[in-house]
Amino acid sequence: MLSPTMIVLALVVFYPLVAAMRESFYESGQRLDADGFVVEGEWFAGLANYAGVVQQRFLNAALNTTLFTVVTVALEVVLGVAMALVMRRAFRGRAFLRASILVPWAVPTAVAGLMWKWIFQADGVANALLGTEILWTADGPWAKLAVVVADVWKTSPFVGLLVLAGLQIIPAEVYEAARVDGATPRQTFWRVTLPLVKPALLVAVLFRLMDALRVFDLPYVMIGPRKQSVETLSGLIWDEATRVHYGPASAYGTALFLYIAVIAFVFVKLLGADLLSDVRARRKEAARDGA
Amino acid sequence: MKATHVTAAALALCAGLAACGSPTPGQPAAEGSGRGPITFLGGKFEAESVQKIVDAWNAAHPDEKATVVLLPESADEQRRKLIQNAQTKSDAGDVMLIDAVWTSEFAANRWVAELTLDTTGFLPNPVETGKYRGKLYAMPVFTGTGLLYYRTDLVKEPPKTWDEMKRICEEVLPKQTGMSCYGGQFDKYEGLTVNFSEAVASAGGELLDASGQPQLTGDAARQAARFLADGFKSGMIPKEAITYKEEEGRVAFQEGKLLFYRNWAYGYEAAQKTDGSSKVNGRFDVAPIPGLTGIGAGTLGGNNLAVSAFSKHKRTAQDFIAFMTSPEQIRAFARTSSMPVPLASIYDDPEMIKKYPYLPALKEGILAAKPRPKAVRYGDVTAAIQESAYAIVTGAKPVEQGLSELQAALGPLLK
Repeated sequence: MLSPTMIVLALVVFYPLVAAMRESFYESGQRLDADGFVVEGEWFAGLANYAGVVQQRFLNAALNTTLFTVVTVALEVVLGVAMALVMRRAFRGRAFLRASILVPWAVPTAVAGLMWKWIFQADGVANALLGTEILWTADGPWAKLAVVVADVWKTSPFVGLLVLAGLQIIPAEVYEAARVDGATPRQTFWRVTLPLVKPALLVAVLFRLMDALRVFDLPYVMIGPRKQSVETLSGLIWDEATRVHYGPASAYGTALFLYIAVIAFVFVKLLGADLLSDVRARRKEAARDGA
Repeated sequence: MKATHVTAAALALCAGLAACGSPTPGQPAAEGSGRGPITFLGGKFEAESVQKIVDAWNAAHPDEKATVVLLPESADEQRRKLIQNAQTKSDAGDVMLIDAVWTSEFAANRWVAELTLDTTGFLPNPVETGKYRGKLYAMPVFTGTGLLYYRTDLVKEPPKTWDEMKRICEEVLPKQTGMSCYGGQFDKYEGLTVNFSEAVASAGGELLDASGQPQLTGDAARQAARFLADGFKSGMIPKEAITYKEEEGRVAFQEGKLLFYRNWAYGYEAAQKTDGSSKVNGRFDVAPIPGLTGIGAGTLGGNNLAVSAFSKHKRTAQDFIAFMTSPEQIRAFARTSSMPVPLASIYDDPEMIKKYPYLPALKEGILAAKPRPKAVRYGDVTAAIQESAYAIVTGAKPVEQGLSELQAALGPLLK
């Protein structure tokens, strides 16, 4: 039973990974012969393709990616939790509200990017509403803000949805008990809701982290390729690959993979371990109660 | 059990037809003759007019029919698709429409085959864009260069120099509201390379000299870079032009926000529309672009037709290109589409001039136009130009620094 799974995994996951890592140590298509033709074949290049990893452009992209991730995930968690709390309430028009909150998540990212590009263009809605003349889509700090706004709009509903699922499995008795004990709404939220929804929230944050670290589409569609202020690691890799620099593109790809893997590992280690110990403690309690 | 039955049935069917797996009767094309049905990877822009040519070809060559497959709209995506095909040695496209600046890269990588086609009657500059190291690899089919769109209701005589243009603006603009002087394409993309090299050529210089060495520390490059940088600083070029690609600027011109606008010939038709989308219809005209001391030199644009090196029907493919670029077909194409063509006689044809009044200005422009740098690593070259030009026009770097950095960056890329 295990071997077919392993074969599929090897083909789908490990082959591309290993192929990219191998490619990152080779050079191809960069040499011309005397007649002006590109010499076919590839040469072992050692770590030459990785030289760019310590250069300004890569570091800038890495910084952009990290900043983007931290800012958007933080905002999305706050907004997502708020959305989930609202969506959970029973009131008239709840179904309509739930559906409309999910609309941004349902829009394809490239389409959302184009829409936000129109909003943010020089004579667009954003400037008209704010009464400003900011060039949001030109290279610069405003471009960062524009991309963050679009991403938060787009993915907060995703966090909201996962958190809502987590909220719905919290039994009503817990809240009753809190009320009986005289907890304020604020205490209820921090002491009851948040700890109980934590597992779902952590999954949402982990997904968003990994998603945000490889962001490509929004900056590309809204601001354009090779704009320093919003160039992400994925954008840089894309740019190298389109200019047929497969060696450096693979090297940067490998670096991005390692970066994401480390973040995910640290995240699971720090927060996931806590999460698991929760489960273990609960199991122990259950065993004691049973005995 | 079932499977064997099916196979047996298929075999029986095959025996009946006596031709399974081999070319159907009426296709004399044996493998190796280089003849047979072909696929043409074309652009979306002129799809309808091109389809008419393809239909005419198919009617005349029932055994070597061409099928049109449309490439993605943006040039970058087209290039990526074509390179992907080439790297997998795919024969998915026998004839390809390639941008005039890709010829060197495609030829040097042996992605396209050398052509033996007659180019007499074609304008010399577009033909030059199809050559790599003196040999023809791509046949020009569309061409074009920058034109200066100007408002005839506000400007009597189009300016020949940058100074004249500034003077006209100083006279006209104070009486207008919400109008800026000049616009072009200054977002960080291929259009910026076009506009920057156009400015350098219009100042009497060139990005690369005849031996292919970068010439950015010279006087012409400095004057050109100053024209753009000072233009932005003084407001002669509106600051939102930093986000302009062709379409953003075209819309601004049509809204009456620009007195002068640099664009390709395609903008003429749209600006002439009387359905309300253009506020300037009947009140604008085009002229050759201005320069430092006289009429400027535009950048040559356009698309060429090439035969894929991995095509199995190269002879049909080349005949198809010859057919598409024959005077009759080009003439027929020009009647239905405003896309400029490289055939010289079109530009002197009274019937055509009546239909497209900008043709004389365009011919003058194309003959004076300069190609963008020919480079195998054109992708790197244009990225380097955009990097420095963007820093110069946004004022992020002083002109001298931007140019000397570009000079240094281009050196190793052109070896």
